[in-house]
Amino acid sequence: MTSIRQNHEPPRLPDFCNLGVWLRVLLGVNLLAALAAAAACRTLNELPGELARLSVFVEPPLIASLMLLCLVNRSILRLDYAAGAAVVVAISLATTVGAQVVLIPFEADAAAPASLIAALLWAALITGLLLYTFAMRARLQSPALAEARLMALTARIRPHFLFNALNAVLGVIRSDPRRAEQALEELADLFRVLMRENRELVPLSDEISLARKYLDIERLRLGDRLQVKWDIESCPPDALVPPLMLQPLLENAVYHGIEPALQPAEITIRFSRRGDQLLIELANPYAVGASEHAGNQMALANIRERLMLFFDLEARLETTASDGRYLVRMLMPYRPGPAE
Amino acid sequence: MSAAPLRVLIVDDEAPARRRLQDLLADINEELPNIVVGEAADGIEALERLGVQAVDVVLVDIRMPRLDGIGLVQQLARRQAAPAVIFTTAYDQYAVRAFELSAIDYLLKPVRAQRLLLALKKLPRAGIDAVALRRLAPEGRRHLTSTERGRVLLVPLAEILYLKAELKYVTAHTREREYLVEESLVHLEQEFIERFVRVHRSCLVSRAAIAGCERGVDADGETRWLVLLHGMAEKLPVSRRQWPQIKALLKDDGL
Repeated sequence: MTSIRQNHEPPRLPDFCNLGVWLRVLLGVNLLAALAAAAACRTLNELPGELARLSVFVEPPLIASLMLLCLVNRSILRLDYAAGAAVVVAISLATTVGAQVVLIPFEADAAAPASLIAALLWAALITGLLLYTFAMRARLQSPALAEARLMALTARIRPHFLFNALNAVLGVIRSDPRRAEQALEELADLFRVLMRENRELVPLSDEISLARKYLDIERLRLGDRLQVKWDIESCPPDALVPPLMLQPLLENAVYHGIEPALQPAEITIRFSRRGDQLLIELANPYAVGASEHAGNQMALANIRERLMLFFDLEARLETTASDGRYLVRMLMPYRPGPAE
Repeated sequence: MSAAPLRVLIVDDEAPARRRLQDLLADINEELPNIVVGEAADGIEALERLGVQAVDVVLVDIRMPRLDGIGLVQQLARRQAAPAVIFTTAYDQYAVRAFELSAIDYLLKPVRAQRLLLALKKLPRAGIDAVALRRLAPEGRRHLTSTERGRVLLVPLAEILYLKAELKYVTAHTREREYLVEESLVHLEQEFIERFVRVHRSCLVSRAAIAGCERGVDADGETRWLVLLHGMAEKLPVSRRQWPQIKALLKDDGL
C-alpha cells in the first residue's frame, strides 16, 4: 500500500557548486572519453596516446564549464528546468568552441571545421546525457527523502510531557501502586506507537484509543482539572487517518488550555464526515494575552507537513482563537479502511 | 545540623509531584531533619501560606496557574526575611539554560533524593539573590500583591493608573478599584522607572495613562498643574519640583 503521495514535481537541475556533483560529472565524462578512446584504437599500445590526445580536448572545456556553471549556479536554479538546461548546454558548447579555437593551432594533425562540429556534437550529447542522469537520480531520491522527513517528523516527543509523566508516576508509586502500574503500561503503549514507523494510514479508532491513553496519563498529574468531551457519534468508524495526529494536538491543548487554569477546564473533540471529507475539530480554553509558545507553532507546523505528505493539497489544518477558546480544524479526505 | 528541623513549603500545581517531594523529604529526614509545614498549588496560595507560617525553604515548581514560580519568587525577593528558594522543573532546555546562567538552584523532575539533599545542604544563608533573579527573569515582576483578610490579590502592573503614598501605606489605583500595597513608593519608583513617573512627592503615575495636563486648583486650594488620566475623572496635582520633568515628558509625547 502506498500511503505517501509522491509529488510530481518538475525535475530540478543539480547544484553545480556541490562537490559530489563535480565528482559525478568528472567521472562520467572521463569514463565516456576513455570508452571513445578505446573504440578509436586498434591495439592496446595506442590507448595511452589516444587518451592523452583526447583529454587535451576534453578536460579544459569540462573544467571551464563546471567553473562557469558554479558561478551562475544561483541564477540557473531560479530558471525553470528547460531554460536552465538550455543554459547548461550553451555553456558547455561555448567552452568547447573556446577550447578548440585555442588548442587547434597547437595540434599537428588538426582537421579544421569538421573536427569542430564533431566536438560540438559530442559536447551536446554528453551534456544532455549527464543532465538526464541527474534528473533520474533526483526522481528516484525524492520519495525516500519524503519518507525520511516523515519519520523525523513523527519521532518528536515532547520532553516536557515525558518527564512530567514519569514524575507523576513516581509520585503515586508508594501510595497507589496499581495506579502507577496502569500509568506505566499506558506510557509503554504510547511510546510503542511513537517509536514505530508511522508511514501508513491507521484506523481512526486506533488513534482515538491512543489519545485516551495519553489523556489518562495526563489525568494522573492534573486530576479533575482535565475535562475532556468526546463527540464521536457522527464519526465514520472505518476512516483511515495519518498516525499520531490527535495526540500532539491534545498535548498542545493540555499545555495551553489546562495547565495554566486553576479551575477544571474542558477540551472538546468532535469528528464528523462531510461527503468525502473527514473533519476533526479540537477546542480548548486559553487565556487571552498568554504568550504564544514556540512549541505550539512547531507542533502545528509538524502536523501540517505530515498532512501534506500524506494527502498533498487535499488536507487542511486551520486554527482560530476567539471568545477565549482555541480551535483547531483538521480537514482531510475520507479514506474508508477495509471492512472488518 | 542544629536541632531545629528545616521548615519546608512545597509549591506545585500537581498533586503527585507534591506527594513525591514529601516522600523524598521523609527519606532524607535522618540525614537532614526537615518538616513539611505546608503545600500550595500555585504562587498565590504559597504567598498566603507564607503570610501565616514561618518557612526556611520553598520548593517551587516553575509552571503553575495564576502566579507561576518565577512570579512567586519575584514577590518573595521584595521581602525582608525571605525564605530560601529552590526551583523544580521538568525538562525544558530554555529554562535550564536560564538557570545555569543565574546562580539560583534548581532540581530537574523527576527529582532524586540525593540531589534534593545536596540542594538543601548548600542553601544560601539569607534570602534570594536579586541579581541572579534578574538574570533569570530580566523582564521583572508583572504584578504587585495586596493582602486582604488573609487573601492575596494580584494587581497587574499594566492595570495600575497611579500609586499613591498615604501616611504609612501605598495604594495602587486601577480603573475598577484601589488596593493596599505593602511596599514603599521609593522602591516602586526605582523598580518600575520605565513604567511610572513621579508627579508629586507622594504620587507615581503610569506613563501610559497620562492624557495631558491642565491648570487647576488642588485639594488645598492652591493653583497648580494637574495631570489628566485616560478614562478617569480624577486629576492628580503636580508638584512644582516635578513639573519640568512632566512638561518635558508631555512634549516628547506630542501632547
